[in-house]
Amino acid sequence: MKLLDNPFGIHEQALSVKNRRMEMIAGNIANADTPHFKARDLDFKKILAAENPSPMAATNTRHFEAGEMENPGGVVYRVPYNAAVDGNTVEISVEQAKYGEAAADYQATLRFLESRVSGIRKALKGE
Amino acid sequence: MIKNIFGIAGTALNAQVIRMNTTASNLANAGTVSPTEAEAYRAKRPVFKALVEQADVNRGFDALGGVKVKEIVDDSAPVRKVHDPGNPEADKDGFIFLSNVNEVTEMVEMMAASRSYQNNVEVVTTARQLMMRTLDITKA
Repeated sequence: MKLLDNPFGIHEQALSVKNRRMEMIAGNIANADTPHFKARDLDFKKILAAENPSPMAATNTRHFEAGEMENPGGVVYRVPYNAAVDGNTVEISVEQAKYGEAAADYQATLRFLESRVSGIRKALKGE
Repeated sequence: MIKNIFGIAGTALNAQVIRMNTTASNLANAGTVSPTEAEAYRAKRPVFKALVEQADVNRGFDALGGVKVKEIVDDSAPVRKVHDPGNPEADKDGFIFLSNVNEVTEMVEMMAASRSYQNNVEVVTTARQLMMRTLDITKA
């Protein structure tokens, strides 16, 4: 049954990536007063690109194999607007905004998953 | 897992409480008097450090999580030396040594700590709501 082979599609993995992003931003907020701490974030595009390997295929025997994707984990450092004198780059207002954004993204993925669940349920009931 | 967020925010709440405790201790000792310069009370300051889970070090830097208090250091500001021969703590020349606590600095520190605490409570609240919604997914 194709319907039940992969019922959640990409959203299952997307949920865990979005959860990881929330964790990372929570870590930034936790370290808002830590000297020399550099705020970090996840780049969803980079993670998605790492899942779908690069288009640099070796189509000729003389081609070199393309190396590992650069930064497959998708972790990037935040560029601060105003760095603090103690070397900390966490700007709490920015982090709060990003945390809200990440929470909204997480909820969007949840909504997609919910609609898959209710769709399958409807199909199984045959209503 | 979303529960990691609770752990991360929890370490931060703990660190901020320690910061508030040191501030309270500093304010309480603002008027402390000592007979020698070495014994004089010096304001305490916690130094925070990002927490790396030892088991996850091999996973690279994305395993970085919460925060801890690395150490508590003394403020390096000079202590005040005051001539007060009537004080029972005065040395043979009639001098006493007051603490180097600056009440204004301590109040600012206290407010900063409580704001940081609130931020982390907010993180926990949002994470809890999302966790509840995730649990409700089967009801869809």
